[in-house]
Amino acid sequence: MKKVICMGLALAMAFSMVACGGSSSSAASSEASDASSSTAAEGAVKIGGTGPLTGGAAIYGNAAKRGAEIAVEEINALGGLQFDLKYEDDTHDAEKAVNAYNTLKDWGMQVFLGSVTSTPCVATSAESNGDHIFLLTPSASSTDVLGGVANPLTGTIDVPRKDNAFQMCFMDPNQGTASAQYISEKNLGTKIAIIYKNDDVYSTGIYNSFMNKAQELGLDVVSTTTFTSDSQTDFSVQINDAKNSGADLLFLPMYYDAASLILTQANNIGYAPKFFGVDGMDGILTLAGFDKSLAEGVILLTPFNTDAQDEKTKSFVSKYNEKYGEAPNQFAADAYDCVYAIYQALTESGVASDASASDMCDALIAQFTSPNFVFDGLTGEGMTWSESGEVTKSPKGMVIENGAYVGMD
Amino acid sequence: MRSLRTNKTLRTNVITYAVVVAAFVLFQCLGSAGVLSSTMKGQLVPICAYVLMALSLNLTVGILGELSLGHAGFMSVGAFAGAVTASAMQDSVPSSALRLTVAVLVGAVLAAIVGVLIGIPVLRLNGDYLAIVTLAFGEIIKSIVNNLYIGMDANGLHASFLNNTIVLGEGGRMILSGPMGVPGIKKTATFAAGFILILIALFVIFNLVNSRAGRAIMALRDNRIAAESVGINVTKYKLMAFVISAAIAGAGGALYGQAQNAIIATKFDFNTSILILVFVVLGGMGNMLGSILAAALLTVLPELLRSLNDYRMLIYAIVLILMMLFNSAPAMIQWREQMTEKLRKTFGEERKEG
Repeated sequence: MKKVICMGLALAMAFSMVACGGSSSSAASSEASDASSSTAAEGAVKIGGTGPLTGGAAIYGNAAKRGAEIAVEEINALGGLQFDLKYEDDTHDAEKAVNAYNTLKDWGMQVFLGSVTSTPCVATSAESNGDHIFLLTPSASSTDVLGGVANPLTGTIDVPRKDNAFQMCFMDPNQGTASAQYISEKNLGTKIAIIYKNDDVYSTGIYNSFMNKAQELGLDVVSTTTFTSDSQTDFSVQINDAKNSGADLLFLPMYYDAASLILTQANNIGYAPKFFGVDGMDGILTLAGFDKSLAEGVILLTPFNTDAQDEKTKSFVSKYNEKYGEAPNQFAADAYDCVYAIYQALTESGVASDASASDMCDALIAQFTSPNFVFDGLTGEGMTWSESGEVTKSPKGMVIENGAYVGMD
Repeated sequence: MRSLRTNKTLRTNVITYAVVVAAFVLFQCLGSAGVLSSTMKGQLVPICAYVLMALSLNLTVGILGELSLGHAGFMSVGAFAGAVTASAMQDSVPSSALRLTVAVLVGAVLAAIVGVLIGIPVLRLNGDYLAIVTLAFGEIIKSIVNNLYIGMDANGLHASFLNNTIVLGEGGRMILSGPMGVPGIKKTATFAAGFILILIALFVIFNLVNSRAGRAIMALRDNRIAAESVGINVTKYKLMAFVISAAIAGAGGALYGQAQNAIIATKFDFNTSILILVFVVLGGMGNMLGSILAAALLTVLPELLRSLNDYRMLIYAIVLILMMLFNSAPAMIQWREQMTEKLRKTFGEERKEG
């Protein structure tokens, strides 16, 4: 027993020593990673972000990180205002995201790129709101990230507006509404089936607003089935339900991993409706082990198209390809745009690069909500932001043809 | 002989309290001196919550001797009950300490009630069967919370299940919306509150273990048939330990929820249950101080390893395996004994010389 106690005390001491050293060692380690990003310059604005760099949602986190890296490299090459970028892993978990955020804060982050996915970003946006650090998230689309948005089901405002938080992507309800509108306008289907993930913030958020709009537009929803993260391997029940009710369009508001299984399993039973996805579907073409031919004809709403012929997109796609050996998805483009939007706002506001995070936050909020602030990026032209933090840009319908996105209109 | 044993338990208990108090004082001082990093500061309360979870599970696994794989379920009950309570009181009760107290109490009581409900049928099972049923219990709680909607307006709380059919009046708001969880928690938990809760939990557990009931519980663990034959009521004592364990887990969950900005049901999944079990196994079954240290260490470790970037989780796993080996492999135990013997000899000789 005594030995156990000795051991315990020794452990406690070791633990407290490590913990005490925490502050100094974190400074040292951040310097090390500055060096590795090789862009560290005197007086550079420190931009941080968290995202799932490991785990199930890693494709999004890494894409956003890479997109932002390319933007920072380009901006630093221009001379003038310099950026220093650091991404921390949050494994798509709110608690870890807050830890990652605090690590970035210790590093001296001045502008926050938020979290890449919704659930962590709800937590980090509340934290950064408390610290008054400007947040522009590339892709966390939940309304709770911004706060102050009415719940589509009850019409109540459940989370007060976080005045520092802005989004580069569409909000979930907007995606749902836009999808319903798009389907109705283009007459894509007469009988609609929906499969959504009912333990997921993103999927449920889109589903709720889609149903609201679908009822308003008189769309005929014949089948609604659900799954959870524990049951996202076998979709035969859901697919058969859609098939038996004669649906000719299957709406899939979910991330690409589950969607890829649905496409495969629908194909196995010979069911071939039109598939309609949202921006979470983006990434399906780069998924390892997935037969791309199954995604032929899938329609998705996304603001970014790798095949767009404008100079900006072409240059971004080729740089990304060269550096990482794959085509960028929407998340990379969103993060790229985020960095450029912050760059433009900082340049226009003329705030000093060594300003405190709080002063920078005030300057950026003023800039983003100013009616004169218009941003042209990869994911849209003439983007503006309102006081609510929501971006105004128009979604583009894309259809997958020959393994690539092609604009529908 | 008897007094010797009592002395030994007493000493272990005092040391456990002392370590907890010392750690609290140390971090409180470091915090006020401003040397703690934001990362460390942000983790203090979650560490307290995980320590509570580890203590709670150690009561079930170490003292009662039953394997529970669904402890995150009780944590979830506590976290959501606490978050809804605190959120409902947010406008009427300005004191955050009071809100936290009520939230923790509600969390603990509700988890205890769930503990009774699940305990009555389940504790008639033994060993592996019990483990599997608790596993299912954790999943059930997750599904229930995922489909539960709670809103509040001037008329009080409204709830609906499966679909959100709640109609709220002017100025109302949704507190818990199914899969979205509770997105707008106003944090009320403090490190001091976590510290007090750990002390209370230790007090309850140590007193239970050293009581008549505690001896009956441990007799059940060591030999159920023998214990039954001397007239110990199996179900009663099992249930007693299980419900106390559930209540502590509920309090830990409530504390955890009140330290987060947002909680969702899927956070409290099988992985979290296993994580808590790892704390207990690493710390040693029935060893409360071990549980505390293991919970604290394994919570901060991934954050301390952040500078390793991509290798972080790999190193974490390796460190975990090494620690398990160091703690429990027979060869290591022997080596440790030899080393302590050697140390004692040198120290003893030095003392003689001095």
